[in-house]
Amino acid sequence: MESTLITCLADNILSPLGATSVDNFAAVSEGHSMLRRHEGVFGLPEPFCASLFDREMIRGLAQASVREFESYTFFETLCILSAMKALESCSVDPAADDVLFIFSTTKGNVDCLSSSLDDSRCYLADSALRVARYFGNAVTPLVVSNACVSGVCAQIAAVRSLLAGRCRHAVVIGCDVLSGFIVSGFQSFKALSPEPCRPYDRDRVGLNLGEAAATMVLSAADSMSDDKWYYVASSNHNDANHISGPSRTGEGAYRVLSDILKSLRRDEIAFVNAHGTATAYNDEMESIALHRAGLDDTPVNGLKGFYGHTLGAAGVAETILSMKAIDNGVVLPTKGYSEQGTTYALSISPDVRTASRRSFIKILSGFGGSNAGIAYRKGGDA
Amino acid sequence: MKTIAHVRVTPEGAVLDGNHISDASITGLYREFAGDYPKFFKMDNLCRLGFVAAELLLKGTSAEDRADAAVVLFNRNGSLVTDRNYQKTISGGDFFPSPALFVYTLANIVTGEIAIRHKIYGETSFYVMPAYDPGQMDDIAEDLFLTSSPSFVLTGWVDYNDDNDYLADMKIMTR
Repeated sequence: MESTLITCLADNILSPLGATSVDNFAAVSEGHSMLRRHEGVFGLPEPFCASLFDREMIRGLAQASVREFESYTFFETLCILSAMKALESCSVDPAADDVLFIFSTTKGNVDCLSSSLDDSRCYLADSALRVARYFGNAVTPLVVSNACVSGVCAQIAAVRSLLAGRCRHAVVIGCDVLSGFIVSGFQSFKALSPEPCRPYDRDRVGLNLGEAAATMVLSAADSMSDDKWYYVASSNHNDANHISGPSRTGEGAYRVLSDILKSLRRDEIAFVNAHGTATAYNDEMESIALHRAGLDDTPVNGLKGFYGHTLGAAGVAETILSMKAIDNGVVLPTKGYSEQGTTYALSISPDVRTASRRSFIKILSGFGGSNAGIAYRKGGDA
Repeated sequence: MKTIAHVRVTPEGAVLDGNHISDASITGLYREFAGDYPKFFKMDNLCRLGFVAAELLLKGTSAEDRADAAVVLFNRNGSLVTDRNYQKTISGGDFFPSPALFVYTLANIVTGEIAIRHKIYGETSFYVMPAYDPGQMDDIAEDLFLTSSPSFVLTGWVDYNDDNDYLADMKIMTR
């Protein structure tokens, strides 16, 4: 082991709410959301409510800054734009052989299956290679494809690669784009809300999907500084219960929280940024897991009311927003929440709250029975 | 890292710890070595392949060890075969998307199917790679122990193209 300290050197969120982490944090703090009703989009017979990129705006950005931008798919373009912004704000040379690119995506270029583009564009690892090669990086990238928990798993993969000394810097990129494929699938599950979603609320009826790309540059650090973020702990557990329904006892999520609480005191935690998809089952399961872990009084928030569920991007974008929140001394609001809608009461608010603590836990759960969590702390031990 | 058991499943059959134990197809292996799990027939072929390989590998393990085990699998295709099948259900004049099919358009479902069958509550992870790379797979399995303490890791390659082209090359490893 070369170093046990891992810090976040740089980050970016590219979403319908903004092109930088700062813009996204400001938009969320002000309560903005780009969840809209879309009709006739992706050739789907039914309308849906989602947070979608303005394709023309992204094309404009790509034209202005991405070399040979026309040779990349929409998904790859978003990955490149987000990573480029994050890398611009630190001194890491992405072409160096001690830099590892790690991708978090559920479906990558799956929209190519319906277009005239070659089916070969659908291989996730080939997309990842194209993006890494864009930055001159010759190392074989990792692609985590763990459904909805991918964004946290990619960070865990980065942490392990850094702890093992396999790289000095890890560029973690989470991204998914929506298509008829993904939206129709969630529609067939009857999982979608026709209105903006209401995480943890009594009247929640389902989730919204969203698009985003987000990047964190995680690096081995030699010493601690008070204004930087450090990795604390992580965990991944399966419910061993059902491939498409969360456990009724919150088993996997509870085990994830229990593991993390071995390295973090409850009185250090500013908040738990939970998954909060606003489906009946997910939010109920999380309330059970948080209650079992003794976190009933710890502030909890969910950000899907601003972005929808951005799939592979969610874990990365929501981690970055959680860091910005503590940087600014706040717990971000849970947009759409009004009245308790889970068996166990959680500390949830539709308004911005103040936060003086310097650590948070990010958790996710998803298809395949997966649950994952990661904790970060700002500065040294509290 | 120590390898406790190793299995290889191909269209030529199954090889367990170096011994050729069957010539059967994936479904044939299920009938020969499991047979008591009707959910098998709801799975897509990637999951069926991973499922039979795990059945063979886990026979010698205890329920207690399985509960704290990790499942970390890799391939190149992801769930592309099922993705194409699902795409057909929403293309052209036909529109009959099915949740039973859609759920298998996620490559990590195979890790979940194995966890459910064997009551494995540890880590489940899936990685997609540009090509079969045993060195990198072993590194990733070994690195698990840097942030977790599974009783063992069920790990390896599981990829399905069609009935004449599939490979599960999986093993159980301990620290």
